[in-house]
Amino acid sequence: MPAKIKPAQGSPYARVLGVGGYRPTRVVPNEEILKHIESSDEWIRSRSGIATRHWAGPDETVTEMTLHAAGKAIADAGLAPEQVDAVIISTVSHFKQTPSVATEIAHRLGTGKAAAFDISAACAGFGYGLTIAKGLVVEGSARYVLVVGVERLSDLTDLTDRSTAFLFGDGAGAVIVGPSQEPAIGPTVWGSEGDKHETITQTLPWDVYRDGGRPEKYPAIRQEGQTVFRWAVFEMAKVAQEALEVAGISAEDLDVFIPHQANMRIIDSMVKTLKLPEHVTVARDVETTGNTSAASIPLAMERLLATGQARSGDTALVIGFGAGLVYAATVVTLP
Amino acid sequence: MAATQEEIVKGLAEIVNEIAGIPEEDVQLDKSFTDDLDVDSLSMVEVVVAAEERFDVKIPDDDVKTLKTVGDAVTYIAEHQG
Ligand SMILES: CC(C)(COP(=O)(O)OP(=O)(O)OC[C@H]1O[C@@H](n2cnc3c(N)ncnc32)[C@H](O)[C@@H]1OP(=O)(O)O)[C@@H](O)C(=O)NCCC(=O)NCCS
Repeated sequence: MPAKIKPAQGSPYARVLGVGGYRPTRVVPNEEILKHIESSDEWIRSRSGIATRHWAGPDETVTEMTLHAAGKAIADAGLAPEQVDAVIISTVSHFKQTPSVATEIAHRLGTGKAAAFDISAACAGFGYGLTIAKGLVVEGSARYVLVVGVERLSDLTDLTDRSTAFLFGDGAGAVIVGPSQEPAIGPTVWGSEGDKHETITQTLPWDVYRDGGRPEKYPAIRQEGQTVFRWAVFEMAKVAQEALEVAGISAEDLDVFIPHQANMRIIDSMVKTLKLPEHVTVARDVETTGNTSAASIPLAMERLLATGQARSGDTALVIGFGAGLVYAATVVTLP
Repeated sequence: MAATQEEIVKGLAEIVNEIAGIPEEDVQLDKSFTDDLDVDSLSMVEVVVAAEERFDVKIPDDDVKTLKTVGDAVTYIAEHQG
């Protein structure tokens, strides 16, 4: 007989307790993008719904943006930083491989010795982080978990690439996940489709420089736009539908829909396919924020709550999807 | 059972109406999706996805670009439907 191991004491359920966001001060209108590509404001708006995006300045680093967003989320949850005992940062645009940016964040926020690590799940990063956080809270390894999606995608944008130059933005969105007596985060429908890993990808790995390469262009994100669009409108609507079903929520029960803010056309198509009733508030933050990858869902969530378009206690469907390809969808009660 | 040409045109007309709001009667064989029917490259992807479901065909991305007119799409679907 092996010795008996005492398990951790978790919480019956988990919930999102607070949210916070940071958008860089510099607003970049489509006109500025047109200096680099042959396009038009009208084309960009009609194909993506994007009018402006925020691009970070030199001082608005991944770390600094995260500290702002995280500080707000912690305050929104009514916590003190030292109560946070795990920090999960989802990003693809922090250019120092090790240590994780999460450790510096945990320290500078004043969490004490919170467990801290980064994850890489591109535009599904928020849902991946949320799922891990929920697991930690329910299992008992952490009581309050900070989950942040943060990107400086402007650093990974080729301004001369017509299919991406207008798309990406920068920012940070954070939530606190903590214990709950009621279910407030549904089951996650998530996965990966690695057979499509080439459809959104960094053009070159960093080690081209180590190996003496002097590529003409700095590595950037490139994509097969139509293939990704097709996958998003067709497959992701099914994933969103499944997330509702496994949570036992009908479209009628739903108050808010917060899809990853990739492209307004994808959002419109999903709303149609899901047959969301008129009363459901749909996040359309992409218009002024662009695609901020892992940050897009918490940023949109914060804005909907701040502007009164959504309310605390509302039932929201969230779905992220992107490079990998990866996806994650779930239903949450808004903080 | 395979759809007839007439059924394919009617089905496509319904799809185009649903996605782009174009009256069904405007969807004629000689009409260009982008120039005549206000179906841009992304709406075209949605039309194709809907047509795949409805007519049990696979239309790969590379072939989508060859479907300029309603007639092109009807011929393609008639030849490839399962
Ligand atoms: C990027 C995206 C807007 C491009 O739209 P698209 O319709 O697929 O564009 P295509 O490259 O097929 O080009 C269609 C037409 O527009 C033109 N075009 C392409 N980019 C253009 C631009 N930036 N400005 C003006 N015209 C452009 C092309 O030349 C082509 O014209 P043609 O038909 O006369 O040859 C779209 O594919 C998209 O948003 N996909 C999803 C991407 C996404 O969300 N990725 C992130 C997921 S996390």
